[in-house]
Amino acid sequence: MCLAVPGQLLEVTGDQALASLHGNKLRVSTALIPGAAVGDWVLIHAGFAIQKLEGTDVEEAFAILHDIAVAEAATIRQTDNATVDQAAAFKPSRPTRQEVSR
Amino acid sequence: MNRTILRHPEVLERLRELAPLLPRPMRFMEVCGTHTVNAFRSGLHSLLPENVSLLSGPGCPVCVTSQGDIDLIVQVASLPNVTLCTYGDMIRVTGHDGSLADARAAGADVRIIYSALDAVKFASENPRRQVVFAAVGFETTTPPSAVAVLEADKQSLDNFTVLASHKLIMPAMRALLSSGEVEVDGFVCPGHVAIITGSRVFQEVVDGWHLPCVITGFEGPQIAAAILRLVELTLRNEPALENLYPQAVTDEGNTFAMKLIDKVFEPVDATWRGLALLSDSGLALRSAYKRYDARTRFELVQPEERINKACACGDVITGRISPGQCRLFGTVCTPARPMGPCMVSSEGTCSAWFKYGRQSAAATAARQPAEPQTQGAQR
Repeated sequence: MCLAVPGQLLEVTGDQALASLHGNKLRVSTALIPGAAVGDWVLIHAGFAIQKLEGTDVEEAFAILHDIAVAEAATIRQTDNATVDQAAAFKPSRPTRQEVSR
Repeated sequence: MNRTILRHPEVLERLRELAPLLPRPMRFMEVCGTHTVNAFRSGLHSLLPENVSLLSGPGCPVCVTSQGDIDLIVQVASLPNVTLCTYGDMIRVTGHDGSLADARAAGADVRIIYSALDAVKFASENPRRQVVFAAVGFETTTPPSAVAVLEADKQSLDNFTVLASHKLIMPAMRALLSSGEVEVDGFVCPGHVAIITGSRVFQEVVDGWHLPCVITGFEGPQIAAAILRLVELTLRNEPALENLYPQAVTDEGNTFAMKLIDKVFEPVDATWRGLALLSDSGLALRSAYKRYDARTRFELVQPEERINKACACGDVITGRISPGQCRLFGTVCTPARPMGPCMVSSEGTCSAWFKYGRQSAAATAARQPAEPQTQGAQR
């Protein structure tokens, strides 16, 4: 239940915001992080941004998550060809961890 | 963030190098349902050295909710003119007289919401309905409930109430350690609870019980890194609190959110599945907001704890036994026909064992004869 996902704020109006979660857009409340601004990376839990994230770490974290997703997709590919297309479609434009580190 | 600690192979290799140096088998405990699920999903349990194990503690909010609270929620859902809103995890949890899903099948208006503010919005748009938000969860989930109450107050809604079963994590950890019934050598602390509370609340475990605590994120490699750090701290005989999730967790936490919790809620004694009644371990609405308390609005009487005595969920969520040692696990109790909340909740230990580790559970059960079942979860 304590699951939270990172997203970036695209629009902020009062304590409401439009956030991008890996490209999916979601309305969230920023009532718990006063001073939230467009461009901020935040952790979103149950419709609320609960914490701001430090930008440089976020990019790296996303790259690591992408690596994990690619590895999982490879596992899926071995066992279930039907899911290959879906797995391969996972954010192909994201930089890999190696690319970020350069 | 130190990327090297998140590289899975290196972490596991280091763990395997250090494990033989440990003086005895080590049992570390996580206290977060999301850690439970992701440790299983990533296959971490099967990758750990034989003398290092990860237990699940009282971290799944659905699982720790007392049977009486569940019965009360189902009871309220069945009241005339009531729309009960709650998080999806709660829908299939079975009370003495059935679940919210059963109540909905019988005609009750039960709605799954994503955000607490969705319940307020529904109340605002449906003034003829009495909207009850059944709120469960630890410190991560409590601030949204506080915001919902404040928003309802701002709109002067007279058809919105909260049936709060929020819990605080530290009283549970304290009770578990004080009981002496569970041997734990350190904790993988919940990252998202710590975002709100701050890391320093876990210092009490280090100071009071001389156990290492490591706060971490939720991917398998992050959990593995926390276990490695716990092993390193153990070998150095340096019980300490460490934060491996610094991009989100600070020492002081989200102080604004904590102030909102304190503004709307006050600590009260609460009954936990598996831990019985713990003082100041739950949260109730303060008197200034009692008009938004469903218990007051509907003059509710707390039902007695009527639990299924064959169900060992209370022992599972406190680490006294593993799911494989429960007589019901995988036989009469399955995700399709769950007997207890640990099998119902997607974050429940039994559900995770069944989904990801059934074979290892069976192997464990074969190696280790089932202990006599306790007389139900509540002592």
